[in-house]
Amino acid sequence: MATVIVITSGKGGVGKTTTCASIGAGLALQGHKTALIDFDVGLRNLDLVMGCERRVVYDLINVIQGEASLQQALIRDKRSDNLFVLPASQTRDKEALTLEGVEQVLSEMQDEFDFIICDSPAGIERGAQLAMYFADAAVIVTNPEVSSVRDSDRIIGLLQARTRAAEEGRKIPEHLLVTRYDPRRVDIGEMLSLEDVQDILAVPLLGLIPESEAVLKASNQGVPVVHDDQSDAGQAYMDAVRRLKGEEVPLRFKEMEKRGFLSRMFGGR
Amino acid sequence: MKFMDFFQREPKSTASVARDRLKIILAHERSFRDQPDFLPRLQQELLDVVRRYVEVEQDQVQVHLESRDTCSVLELNVTLPERDEP
Ligand SMILES: Nc1ncnc2c1ncn2[C@@H]1O[C@H](COP(=O)(O)OP(=O)(O)O)[C@@H](O)[C@H]1O
Ligand SMILES: [Mg+2]
Repeated sequence: MATVIVITSGKGGVGKTTTCASIGAGLALQGHKTALIDFDVGLRNLDLVMGCERRVVYDLINVIQGEASLQQALIRDKRSDNLFVLPASQTRDKEALTLEGVEQVLSEMQDEFDFIICDSPAGIERGAQLAMYFADAAVIVTNPEVSSVRDSDRIIGLLQARTRAAEEGRKIPEHLLVTRYDPRRVDIGEMLSLEDVQDILAVPLLGLIPESEAVLKASNQGVPVVHDDQSDAGQAYMDAVRRLKGEEVPLRFKEMEKRGFLSRMFGGR
Repeated sequence: MKFMDFFQREPKSTASVARDRLKIILAHERSFRDQPDFLPRLQQELLDVVRRYVEVEQDQVQVHLESRDTCSVLELNVTLPERDEP
């Protein structure tokens, strides 16, 4: 039985798709058969971040409407043969995505995969609610910024009320992932600190992803940043993947970088 | 000089302003969140019924739902207009 994880946030542009790609690729690197589903009907970004945009033939809605089989629509990742992407439709209208359709696709995937990661669209409306409805766990992506924290709080409210688990009286594990964190700006009082965000949202912390140039470089090339194991963001995402699996991993990248001996000697970035 | 005073005040970091604002707005929003969806409709229908018998304003009928450990209490408050003694 696969574990279904929704990556959600309410607000757009906070790093959901980046997170979905890196958590998915990280789980695959650890040997888990993983599928990523893009629920952002009409926009479709996950395939770009994963670097498989030119191999998209069928999409989630084709599968729901019976125009393609799951096998035809799933794209195998170039780097990991246990990682698959089910892209979102770029053209169809959002109404084609139905609860019954999502349920059918997920149940067909249940026995095939260890993890199914759902990349939620922005907002708190139908699309975001469909992406979270069947989740067994949620990763709430939050930037240390007022509107992102507020939207995360609303998403947490929905997770506790509008999921299948909630309707059955269960509570799914929620994980807070604070991304685009800039310790320098936190230090000078320009940015909410990790403690502030944790204190306000009161959700257990999965990880802290620093604001990093490596993220843009990775998405330029269509490679999830977790593969860049020399980068801060790549390492931070891998730490988060380990925690997701229950490992205890110390928190890094919270303080300003202290340049090490080698990097001082050879310049570096 | 008033103008200089403004700049000489102990500066509060913008991050702590953000934190305080968030705490207030979220406390407010959370208090509405736990209410069931039907509450506004229930309030309207109760108002309609009350209005068949007495003249009351919109805000004179209040409905609150309070959840306790083992039960929920639905509280209905109707403020009746003052009676003109005959
Ligand atoms: N940790 C980070 N550091 C720098 N840029 C980031 C980081 N995370 C995300 N971004 C950038 O932010 C933008 C939005 O990210 P994306 O994952 O598409 O967000 P969402 O899916 O929530 O809309 C992208 O341009 C992405 O490269
Ligand atoms: Mg996205």
